[in-house]
Amino acid sequence: MNIPAKSPASSAQAEEAGTSMYAKLRLAMKDPFFWSNWIVVVAFILVVVVFGAIKPHSFLTMYNLNNVLVASSIPAIIAVGQTFAVTTAGIDLSVSSTMTLGAVAFGLAFTNGWPVWASCIAGTLAGLGCGLLNGIIIAKRKISDFIVTLGMLSVAAGLALVLSNGRPRQIVSTQLSTLAIGGVGQIPYLMMIALVITVAAHFFLFNTRFGTHILATGGDPDAARSMGVNIDLVKIVVYSVSGTLAGFAAMLTISRIGAAEPAANTSILLNSVAAVVLGGVSLFGGRGTIFGPFVATLLLQALTNGLTVVGVAAYYQYVSIGLVVILSAALVRTK
Amino acid sequence: MSSHSEFAIEVADIKKSFGSVEALRGVSMFAKPGEVTAIVGDNGAGKSTLIKCISGVYTADEGEIRIDGKTVHFTTPEESRSFGIETVYQTLGLIEDLTIWQNLFLNREKLKSFGPFSVLNKSAMRNEAAQMLKNLDVYIPSIKSRVRGLSGGQRQAVAICRAAGWGSRVVIMDEPTAALGVRETAKVEDLIQRMKAQGLAILLISHNFDQVLRLADQIFVMRQGNVMAGMRAKETSGDELVALITGASAGRK
Repeated sequence: MNIPAKSPASSAQAEEAGTSMYAKLRLAMKDPFFWSNWIVVVAFILVVVVFGAIKPHSFLTMYNLNNVLVASSIPAIIAVGQTFAVTTAGIDLSVSSTMTLGAVAFGLAFTNGWPVWASCIAGTLAGLGCGLLNGIIIAKRKISDFIVTLGMLSVAAGLALVLSNGRPRQIVSTQLSTLAIGGVGQIPYLMMIALVITVAAHFFLFNTRFGTHILATGGDPDAARSMGVNIDLVKIVVYSVSGTLAGFAAMLTISRIGAAEPAANTSILLNSVAAVVLGGVSLFGGRGTIFGPFVATLLLQALTNGLTVVGVAAYYQYVSIGLVVILSAALVRTK
Repeated sequence: MSSHSEFAIEVADIKKSFGSVEALRGVSMFAKPGEVTAIVGDNGAGKSTLIKCISGVYTADEGEIRIDGKTVHFTTPEESRSFGIETVYQTLGLIEDLTIWQNLFLNREKLKSFGPFSVLNKSAMRNEAAQMLKNLDVYIPSIKSRVRGLSGGQRQAVAICRAAGWGSRVVIMDEPTAALGVRETAKVEDLIQRMKAQGLAILLISHNFDQVLRLADQIFVMRQGNVMAGMRAKETSGDELVALITGASAGRK
């Protein structure tokens, strides 16, 4: 399969042959993306089947599965932002404290009499600010994303403590409590929000010009630059997206716990990186999938939930989640 | 003056210094449409600097660049590209994890709009990508395959098709076959012949004299930031090129 000098077979004919179902499937199976995308789906089904077989009357209930969906929605939104950062061969270590800062900003606004929607904008803007700063420093000063976002992790966590005086604020709002416990049929509102964000992010990454430039920047920044792609802008945008989503997700956390807490939820960071790796996004950049990390988030939450249901002590759950992450990274590593 | 010059691109007395180092000391050369113009010279002779001035990576300190007889100025590769000057870099500039068609259209994506939103017109890009490969008789199983899975020769072919497929006038190729085997080199040389037949002006940098003598119509020899000689390929020989490059022969203009 090469370039015959004066070949009568044109690539147009090859295209035609490529559209038969069998050839399509063969092409897909050769693509490393295909496998990394589907392994996580298989693993998710496996986890549900295994726990369902062990404890069918407690794990496989509507109530419990609903719990899994609610618990997955916030990590799923954070994972979308993390996916954008990782797709450009970066990482956003500041997501959990950005979310905390977003929550404190929401709390400040709300307790000063702002309506829920305006408080939500305040929280989201606080997240955007963190992300924008991350992106600008990484792109313009050419400092490692690892260092910049690690620094932001501390800055945002500290600011959250400063602004709140270290005290949680109670948030009483019927709108928010409806958001947290309500739903349409069996789908909780929180999960629907996560789904909308996931679908929109997928569309952005794979159907817009800028999305292609994100993938190109992650794949080979030098080549992308030589073709005129504005890789600085790409970096700024991906970290801004990650920060914005973290700030927005803060409102959903507040709706669940009924308070704006200045304490960082560190498991959010591990969960988001874990979901991205499990979901088949290459840590070396250039290979993104949005639905992979989404399913991986469901998988991780189902695993945590399942372990609780079968009675494994919470301490062991941390061990098992960590092991799953390392194992999956070893498995999906193709290069 | 008629609007068309006999040269696709003409470089007149270009100078470029980096600090105290004079990389180009007044270089003049030209490339005609439908011809391969080779630039040869030892390492450090200024070939790459000259190429980078033409492709917009550097801006010359002095001198003029004329395209179809008109003087042009550009300071970025994008501006140079807008005048129909395309470069096939030694590193090719392909993104391995993107498909062939995505690479062909990188930063020139075709869009369709839905109200205020613009989304990628994938089918149009795929069709046109297939046509771009077909125009140069390049056969690759599917334009939907990712570059990662392609051989060195296939990658070179994709990069060349990208450079040739944009209404380009001048295609600059920097050591296009340096990393290729004998068979793949032959195929790339065929591609260059086909681009030539389509009327493109090709600027070829190569260290391989046999290749230069085989492909080129016009040869410029550079040494220490100067053009030592410009001559028709059929009026010279490998021995003369070596003598000019090493400085054993004083050169002819």
